[in-house]
Amino acid sequence: MIVRRWVDGVDERLDGSSFISRNLRKVFPDHWAFMLGEIALYSFLLLVLTGTFLSFFYLASDEPVTYTGPYQPLQGQTVSSAYDSVMRLSFEVRAGLVMRQIHHWAALVFMGAVIAHIIRVFFTGAFRKPREISWLIGIGLFLSGIGAGFSGYSLPDDALSGAGLRIAYSIILSIPFVGAWVAYLFFGGEFPGPDILNRLLVLHIFIIPVVIFTLLGAHLAVVWHQTHTQFRASGRTEETVTGTPVWPKFALKSIGLAFTTFGVIALLGGLFQVNPIWLYGPFVPYSTASPSQPDYYIGWLEGLLRLWPNWEFHVFGHTVGELLLPGLVVPGLVFTILALWPFLEARASGDYEWHHFAQHPREAPVRSGFGAAGVTFFVVLVLAGGNDVVAKFLGIEVDSFNTVLRWTLVLGPVLSGVVTYWICRDLRDRRRHPLSAPLRVAFRRNAAGGFEEIESEPPVAGREVEEPDRT
Amino acid sequence: MRRASLVVALAFGAATLAALGLFVVYIAGGQPQVEGALLFVALAGIGAGLMVWATRLMTGIGQITQSRRHAQPPEEKEAAAEAMAGGVEEMSRRRLLYRLLLGAAGALGLAAIFPIRSLGRAPGASLFRTEWRPGLRLVDVDGNLVTRNTLEVDSFTTVFPEDAVGSGDSQAVLIRVQSGSLQLPLDRLAVAPDGYVAYSKICTHAGCAVGLYLARVHQLRCPCHQSTFDVLNGAQPVYGPAARALPQLPIEIDPDGTMRALGDFTAPVGPSFWDLPP
Repeated sequence: MIVRRWVDGVDERLDGSSFISRNLRKVFPDHWAFMLGEIALYSFLLLVLTGTFLSFFYLASDEPVTYTGPYQPLQGQTVSSAYDSVMRLSFEVRAGLVMRQIHHWAALVFMGAVIAHIIRVFFTGAFRKPREISWLIGIGLFLSGIGAGFSGYSLPDDALSGAGLRIAYSIILSIPFVGAWVAYLFFGGEFPGPDILNRLLVLHIFIIPVVIFTLLGAHLAVVWHQTHTQFRASGRTEETVTGTPVWPKFALKSIGLAFTTFGVIALLGGLFQVNPIWLYGPFVPYSTASPSQPDYYIGWLEGLLRLWPNWEFHVFGHTVGELLLPGLVVPGLVFTILALWPFLEARASGDYEWHHFAQHPREAPVRSGFGAAGVTFFVVLVLAGGNDVVAKFLGIEVDSFNTVLRWTLVLGPVLSGVVTYWICRDLRDRRRHPLSAPLRVAFRRNAAGGFEEIESEPPVAGREVEEPDRT
Repeated sequence: MRRASLVVALAFGAATLAALGLFVVYIAGGQPQVEGALLFVALAGIGAGLMVWATRLMTGIGQITQSRRHAQPPEEKEAAAEAMAGGVEEMSRRRLLYRLLLGAAGALGLAAIFPIRSLGRAPGASLFRTEWRPGLRLVDVDGNLVTRNTLEVDSFTTVFPEDAVGSGDSQAVLIRVQSGSLQLPLDRLAVAPDGYVAYSKICTHAGCAVGLYLARVHQLRCPCHQSTFDVLNGAQPVYGPAARALPQLPIEIDPDGTMRALGDFTAPVGPSFWDLPP
């Protein structure tokens, strides 16, 4: 049989039989939450496939041309070659628009899956020793994803992305000492800068994808080597891993998930318009699209800029602008804390042991409290990033909505953190699964004629100690 | 089992038909919504088929338990540390050579920084000035001269120097308010004649074009982060994240009604930067 001959041939040349059999028989545990990382991986593959197609049509040039394509409202307008090429791709290249929209949707799904995956790993303590490396790589992937998204949606040179670039330039400008130099070197000169589209293109289709490929490869290799964490269940130990072998069962399921992910994103790309640059119009420096919102994974950074007070400082005759703290320092702190969390937690708890069992959120109330606070912080900031749109939707003034958001940004995380901590601690102490049946309390009449509660064992926490095996 | 294999067969069949359908749609000229729907059936059909196959038809493959890899035995760790440290010691024994190597590598690293300088021009004084010069006439986005009659009271337009239409840093808003309603210091009131006042259009917060004029309250508002500036009072920030006023452009009106700049803006335009004096 051809497969056997192939394995034989590999073995004779690479001495690979034991490698092949060991890895094909490797056991992969099964839990729905493992899907999140896989969805991120497969949306990235789709990004590469569709992005390659788009790159064959894109022109990174700000050379002005007159638009003569089929989209009537813009006919005769002067636009940049970059904008013109994306318009041509959207309206004249067959299957161009669907490819472009699939690409954009895949980026939205990719970042969503990355964020959900980080949240899952955080709340289950799956980042603990020995998996700190995977965690760090994951945070690196999150950052790279933000860079890839921003550099990508800035390429069409439309009015919306122009505003985003203008803000990015202004944030760079606010860096003490070297801000002006860094901004000029990156943009090639004063905004809009003659070279920026070309540089964004190289970042977007070469540098960042190489970084993501490398990090993804390392992430997968480490996960493969270390195996997944698992929840406690009967028959499971720290020293073993239980699941289905890679070949063929796990592989088929995972490839099935890949195709399903592709399919769902293709449906989104086909049916739901995204980034309609013809509605925004070409970028001109003297006009800003209103309302203008970035994609949600950057929306929280935009929210910080919108809610931050107008603090400007002066140091020895120099100026530290309003953008430095919300634009660079606070996001830097957020990412530093996020990246260092495994080490901070180990130090705070004094727990430097290996852990192959994942935890339920209720088993680590302090961590879960911090996690809930972090998620609240993120959600409030995403809302703030679209404060004008949300306020309009709610029918209230932006200014009063901002006041609410500011208080929520400060108090919301504290409140949700404390409440989560309290709930988790309570559940942990009662050793109950939150979704199990309500406690049944029995009373009996006592000798005095009153009622008293019958002392009973806490219910056997079946769901807690036994994650059902799914075969 | 029987039903599961039927489901898989149907899924693969639907995927095949949808893929053939894509063929037809493409040849017919393409249509994004239909392409998306057909791609969904083609891709998700294969995906769903594979997943049902794996979960429902591979019942013979059950759960297996394997041992996880563990830390290497102590002597292995010892040997690895020995090998690593031994190499470092071997090199640092020749201290001079070791330092020379570090020096050479450092110098090479420094030399590698220089090409970065080629990436853009030096900021110089460019952040402090714009294209506006004394005597330049004001024109609109289409290059038409702006005159006394261009604007109604409580309306505004975007203006440029006549030789730099569309310029990023020279864009300004010209607003006409009721004559006499401006509350500016005398020297700045003198360069805002007859209720015409011009301010830089670049927000001092993050640099977006301040494109919204709320005529009722005489405020300019930036659509990006809602910084709001009081037009009557020197475009001082009254709400939002901006800390500095929009710089004013000094203008005069010729006898024939055309408008001229009397010089550059009263302050550097745009967001703050390190070298901006307080």
